[in-house]
Amino acid sequence: MAEGAAPIIAAKGLHKWYSGVHALKNVDFYVTKGEIVGLVGDNGAGKTTLIKVLSGVHRPDQGQVFIEGTPVDIATPKQAMDLGIETIYQTNSMVPTMSIARNLFVGREPLTASFFGIGLMDHAKMRDDSVKAIADVDLHLRSPDALVGELSGGQRQGVAIARAMYFKSKVLILDEPTNHLSVKETSKVIGFVKGLRAQGLTGIFISHNMHHVFQSCDRVVAMARGEVVLNKPIGDTSIDEVHGYL
Amino acid sequence: MSAEAVPTTKPKSNAIGAPSILRRHGSQLGILGVGLAMWLAFVVMAPTVFLDIDIYKAFAESTPFFAIPALALTFVVITGEIDLSFPSVMALGTAAFCQVSEAGFPQWLGLMAGFATGAACGWLNGALVSRLSIPSLVITIGTSFLYRGIELVMQNGTGVPLTEEKYATMLQIFTGQPFGVPIQTLWAVAFTGFLWVLLNRTRFGAHVFLVGDNPTSARLMGVNVVSVKTWCFVLTGLFAVFSGLMTSFVGNYFWPTTGDGALLSSIASVFLGGTSVFGGTGTVLGTLVASYIIGAINAGIVSAGVNAFYTQLVFGLVIVVSVVLQTIIERRLQRRPIITN
Repeated sequence: MAEGAAPIIAAKGLHKWYSGVHALKNVDFYVTKGEIVGLVGDNGAGKTTLIKVLSGVHRPDQGQVFIEGTPVDIATPKQAMDLGIETIYQTNSMVPTMSIARNLFVGREPLTASFFGIGLMDHAKMRDDSVKAIADVDLHLRSPDALVGELSGGQRQGVAIARAMYFKSKVLILDEPTNHLSVKETSKVIGFVKGLRAQGLTGIFISHNMHHVFQSCDRVVAMARGEVVLNKPIGDTSIDEVHGYL
Repeated sequence: MSAEAVPTTKPKSNAIGAPSILRRHGSQLGILGVGLAMWLAFVVMAPTVFLDIDIYKAFAESTPFFAIPALALTFVVITGEIDLSFPSVMALGTAAFCQVSEAGFPQWLGLMAGFATGAACGWLNGALVSRLSIPSLVITIGTSFLYRGIELVMQNGTGVPLTEEKYATMLQIFTGQPFGVPIQTLWAVAFTGFLWVLLNRTRFGAHVFLVGDNPTSARLMGVNVVSVKTWCFVLTGLFAVFSGLMTSFVGNYFWPTTGDGALLSSIASVFLGGTSVFGGTGTVLGTLVASYIIGAINAGIVSAGVNAFYTQLVFGLVIVVSVVLQTIIERRLQRRPIITN
């Protein structure tokens, strides 16, 4: 592990069992500042389980997660978000009947004034900021009041990425963001990921499409049968080599 | 032509604007149309009655009894749940008020006991539904019997007279007529305003919609689903007690059967008002309008000189026709097929 400072996020010796299935077997994983790590593997290899541990959906049965070198216990998705870990899931995490502006701030709506957490939402701020945030990911939408239900799958993932960027995540986790998308939409989302890399963001990009990972990531980590089987910079490996390990 | 000649304008498909007013509130049009048609029919059939203010005063006094719990129930339904126990909570909360007040304690303490009871009942419903993931339809049938049972045992099956001498202030609060307007309706309108702000302008309200739309993604987005659902049930408990007290003071007597008859009217108001049974969408304003339509049917039929046996028939017709209209209008606006298979 070649590193100077502590990695932004690291996991050491993770184990996870699901009623008898050993889903994670002594997994070590880290992401350093400014790199996009591609996490690849077949279905059931443990990619999603690892991500769920990092984003607070599941707790590991053994092992420890570190944020910038500090051991942390992430019990809920909310805590992960508070620690700066933003996750974009393959299943859409948007409310179709609400506007883009409202979706961008879901769970973290800005308030005009607040008394013990009870306050009115600041609609003007939500509209203005969402216009900027969406423009930042190069998504062109006429109005922040448009309903998310009318957007295409790729546009929705764009809004989700804009949301993660707006809240200045330390680590952005993209869990198979292209899974339910058409070819054209997929290339749009890959474009978003490349944009993140150009802006120096730190992220984890989960995919089972090797080409997508090689197009947009700095390093590739491959998992098979619950273990990490390969961890190399993109420049030092090839699609064929990674395939050999899966 | 070279590649540089590609137009720089943004593709049209990306230009998605805000939905029109018609599109956003389309589902409300059905209920407003039916309400208006019904009112016109009443006016034609009994002009002397329906062009007089008294009949409207009668609605304004009788409707809030089920409209007020329906307003809070709207929140529960938006989260995708249902509460069938609120009529029992109406009685149990009022019983708590009576017991504390009749035991010689100040009546404001009685009020606090009543509302605390309502909140506790709502909390228990909410906790069972959200923490143990028990379907609310099942568990609130159970708690409905439970709360009613506790109340009947507490009261030993007997009522409490709420006399003018003893409860003058309470009678003013719950049955007064400031400026000649029945206070029951003023309360209902005030609560609608309060709940509208809560639902549409606060973080809690945003989370209510989110939980109803998709509880799994709500949790992934950091929303505390258990707490949101529980608070919706607590809200229903509190409003049920208010309605229980109001009903009892209107009759100057607390009957152990208080709340009977509110269940179907309240639930009909919520669904007639455009709140989806699947959760995720709904309005408190729709519930308020719908409850007055339902409230008007009863009084309207009798005043129009039609045999009172027709009440249920008209009731059924209005509900069925409005829900069908609502569905058709909604699908039209979303350009979805009207008939599905």
